[in-house]
Amino acid sequence: MIAIHYFASIREALGCEHEKIDLPDDVETVEQLISHLIKKHGAPWAEVLGAGSLMIAVNHEMTDSSASLDAGDEVAFFPPVTGG
Amino acid sequence: MKISIQKEDFDIAVETQKLREENPNTGAVVTFSGLVRDMDNKRQVESLTLEHYPGMTESSLETIITEAQQRWSILDVSVIHRIGELKAGQQIVFVAVVSLHRADAFSACEFIMDFLKTRAPFWKKCRDEHGESWVESKASDEEASARW
Repeated sequence: MIAIHYFASIREALGCEHEKIDLPDDVETVEQLISHLIKKHGAPWAEVLGAGSLMIAVNHEMTDSSASLDAGDEVAFFPPVTGG
Repeated sequence: MKISIQKEDFDIAVETQKLREENPNTGAVVTFSGLVRDMDNKRQVESLTLEHYPGMTESSLETIITEAQQRWSILDVSVIHRIGELKAGQQIVFVAVVSLHRADAFSACEFIMDFLKTRAPFWKKCRDEHGESWVESKASDEEASARW
């Protein structure tokens, strides 16, 4: 099982704040997870998670789509940050 | 170090005094505070709503402060960032750095703000006369953090 969180404009575009999924055997990286989510959910996910500006965190650490995944991980997808 | 993500407002004088009391050998205090501007892109801003990623926001600020402590000789740091709905003119963020000498505190304060703006997971939604929209990140903020 992994937890996936969506923030800000991405959460609104998807209409989804978080979800939990069983990690499929063929999903070993964030890139593969994105493909899996697009296949599972369809169009809005393809557009939102395919954006070049997409930011990714695994277990609260900023990373990129090549990051590997294990059961129990927390993955977050969000747009560029705008605090301060 | 102090890191606080909070809805409540803060008092710059009180926060600065706390840092001084906790670090009696302080010789320099540099503070930055950021406010909600009343105009953005020539539009009258009514309010900003700030969202964050609980847990990651705090840990990313801790990482940024730790990096500043490794680069400069500083005694202590306090970072406060507000969340929720804020009106034009209200305080959003506070960064204070205390050190023995001013140069370290100046540089560390600027470094922490530059990385807070580009690495800490906060997002702003702006409400103006035209409705609500998410604030877009600025290339100038990315350039500011790249220079370090």
